[in-house]
Amino acid sequence: MDDIVSVEALKTALEEADYICSDGLAVALFLALRQHRPLFLEGEAGVGKTEIAKTLACLSGRPLIRLQCYEGLDISQAAYEWNYARQMVDIQAGNLKSDNLFTADYLIARPLLQAVNHRGKKSPVLLIDELDRADEAFEAYLLEFLSDWQITVPELGTLRAETPPIVIITSNRTREIHDALKRRCFYHWVDYPDLRTELGILAKKAPQAGPDLQQQLVRFVQKLRDENLFKAPGIAETIDWAQALVELNCVAVDPQTVESTMGVLLKYQDDIARIQGSEAARLLAEVQADMLAGTLAAR
Amino acid sequence: MYMDTADSQPAELARLDENILLFVRLLRRAGLSVGVTAGLDAVGAVRCVGLASRTHIYHALSSCLVFRPEDSELFDQAFYLFWRNPKFLEKMRNLLLPQMKQTGRAGDDEDMLRRLEEALGQPGRAEDPPAAHTQIHIDARQTASAREQLNHKDFQMMSVDEIAQAEQAVAMLVRKLPMRKSRRMADRPPARRLDFRQSLAGARRRFGLVLPQYQSPAQLIRPLVVLTDISGSMDSYSRMMLHFIHALGTLSPGGVSSFVFGTRLTPVTGLMAGRDVDASLAAVSDAVSDWAGGTDIGTCLADFNQNWSRRVLGQGASVLLMTDGLERGTDADLAFEMQRLQKSCHQLIWLNPLLRFDGFQPKSRSVQTMLAFTDRFLAVHSVHSLGQLAQLLATGDARPDKQIQSWKQRARYFSLARSDNR
Repeated sequence: MDDIVSVEALKTALEEADYICSDGLAVALFLALRQHRPLFLEGEAGVGKTEIAKTLACLSGRPLIRLQCYEGLDISQAAYEWNYARQMVDIQAGNLKSDNLFTADYLIARPLLQAVNHRGKKSPVLLIDELDRADEAFEAYLLEFLSDWQITVPELGTLRAETPPIVIITSNRTREIHDALKRRCFYHWVDYPDLRTELGILAKKAPQAGPDLQQQLVRFVQKLRDENLFKAPGIAETIDWAQALVELNCVAVDPQTVESTMGVLLKYQDDIARIQGSEAARLLAEVQADMLAGTLAAR
Repeated sequence: MYMDTADSQPAELARLDENILLFVRLLRRAGLSVGVTAGLDAVGAVRCVGLASRTHIYHALSSCLVFRPEDSELFDQAFYLFWRNPKFLEKMRNLLLPQMKQTGRAGDDEDMLRRLEEALGQPGRAEDPPAAHTQIHIDARQTASAREQLNHKDFQMMSVDEIAQAEQAVAMLVRKLPMRKSRRMADRPPARRLDFRQSLAGARRRFGLVLPQYQSPAQLIRPLVVLTDISGSMDSYSRMMLHFIHALGTLSPGGVSSFVFGTRLTPVTGLMAGRDVDASLAAVSDAVSDWAGGTDIGTCLADFNQNWSRRVLGQGASVLLMTDGLERGTDADLAFEMQRLQKSCHQLIWLNPLLRFDGFQPKSRSVQTMLAFTDRFLAVHSVHSLGQLAQLLATGDARPDKQIQSWKQRARYFSLARSDNR
C-alpha cells in the first residue's frame, strides 16, 4: 500500500481486485492510508462497507483482523483477557515463574490487542464492524486505541503498536456514534452507487449474466431505490439477484421472473406486497423504454 | 488554477492554507460544528491529495469536515460558492477578517452574499420582538390546599401565574428514568456469574487464597422517544409536555429523543438539549412551521417509521405518544403505522389529555384504531397526572396495564355499535 502515490492509482488497484468505488470513498481511503488514521464508513446495509476492508487486506497482503461488535461487547472479548485457568493451575502446582500472577504469559490477545501486538513487516488491517451495535461505553474505550494506537492493561502497563494498523470502522446508523470518535477518523457516507458504477460492479461480480441482462436488472434496481421502500435493495442484493437469475437460466427480466424472485431483492413483506404485480410491470416497462432510448441515442 | 503541491511555491501554499481555514470559518458560521483540529486536518488532507483534481479536493475536505450525511448538502452549497467564484472569496475575506474590513461595495457581490446567507440560513433577519414577559409572583402564603388544587387543575383552565407554577412543579416531578438490563456484567447483587479477574486479583492480596467474587448484569437507562402532537386542540398540553421532556432530557443527555408533529414530523432532540428550558422552547417553536395547526397522525407516524425508527428505537426504547387521537386520515394507514410503531419499540404509551373528561369514551374511529396498538393509556392534563407518569417511568413497571384491556373492550364495543347502526 505504501507504493500507492495517488488517488487514481488506488482506485485502479482496487478495481483490479474487483472492488469498484466512488471518488469520495477512494479519496477518504487514500487519506486514511497516507495519514495513518482510521476510516469511518457509514451507510445502509449491503453497500460494500465490510467488503472494502477485505479487499484492502487481500490487495496489500496484510492479515485481516475482524472485530464484530454486538451489545454487551466488553474488554475481555474485544481487547484482552487473562488466562484464568492457567493462572489457577500454576498457583496450585506452585509453578509461578515470579510472584506476579499478571504477566504477559497469561494474557490472551483479542482482536484489538492482536492488532497492537502484531509483529511483522506489514501492519494488519483491523475491521471494527457495525460499531453502532456495541454500547456507548465501548466507544469510549476505543478512543485511546484510535488516537494513539495503544491499549492500557492496568496490571501490566501500556502496550503500543510498532506500526499503526489500517483501521476501518463501519456503522449501519442504528444509533448515532459519538462525535469524539468520529473526529478521530476520516468520515465517509457510503451511498448507493449510480447506474454506471453499479454496472461496473456487476460486470466484475456476476460476469455470467449477459450484458443485456445486467443492464435490465441494474436499471430495475435503480428504479426500485426511488420507490420509498422501507428497505431499499443494496449492491449485495443486486449481485444476489443477478446470480439467482443466472441459476434460473433467465436471459431477460420479465414480470413473471420478478414476481418469483422478489424475495432476493426485498426483505420486508410490506415492500414486496407494494411492488408485486402492476407496480413491477410498470417499472419494467419504464426500464425497457429507457434502454430503447439509450440504444437510439447511441445510433 | 490547479497544480501539484510539489510544484507550488511556498507562498501559494500558504495562501491555500489560509483559504481553507477561511472556508472552515464559513462552515462554522453556517452552523456546522467544526473544531479547530478538524480545520488543521483539512489543510493536511488537501496537501496530501494534491491540487490536481477539484473532485479530490472536495472529497478530501468533506471527509475531514462533514460527520453526518445531513450536513453534506450545506457543505456542497458552501463549497460551490466559496471555490467557484474568486470574487466571492474576496468578499468572504472582507467579511470574516475584521482587520481587513472595508466599506461594502454594491453590485453582484452583494447579491451573491445574500444568496449565501439564504443558502446557509444566516440570521440576516431582524430579531423577533421579545415576547411579553409575565411577572411571576409566587405567593408565599400559599396553603397546602391551594397547591393541591393546582395539582388537579386542568392546564387549559390555568391562569398565566398558575401555568408558571405548574411548569416549575413539572420540572420537579422527574426524578428517575426507566432502566433495562444491559448485556454487560457489573459487580452488583444478585450474584450471577463468577468474576475470575476480581477473584484472582484478590488472591494476590490474600497470599494465594482464591475466594470467588461474583457479578451480574449491569443496568442501563432505557432510551425514551417522545412524540408530541402540537396541533391547535393540544396547544396548552403540548407546551407543558415540552417542559416535562426537557426535565427528562436533563437526567439523561442523549437518552431522550423528542419529536413534535402536527401536519408533519419535526425532530427537536437537539433543540431540547439546551440548559435553559425557555430558550429550548423558543427554539422549538421557531423550528416548527405547523404549530397549533391541523393534525395528520398517520402521515407523521409513517415518516417516523420510515426515517427515524431504525435510528432511535434500536436499543429497546419506550415510546410516549402524546395526542388526542382525533384525526381525519384513512383508518387503514393509521392502523398499519401504529402497528409497526408498537412492534418496533419496548412499549408504546399513549398520553391523551382527553382523559380529563370523566365520561370520555373511545367513540371516534381513529381513537379505536390507535387503542388496538397501545400498551398503556394515560391522562396528561394536570400536574398530578404528569406526576403519575413520572412515577411510572421511575419504577420502570413492566407489568401489563390492567386498564388497557378494559379500554380496548370499550373501543370494540363502540366500533360494533356503529356498524350495527349503519
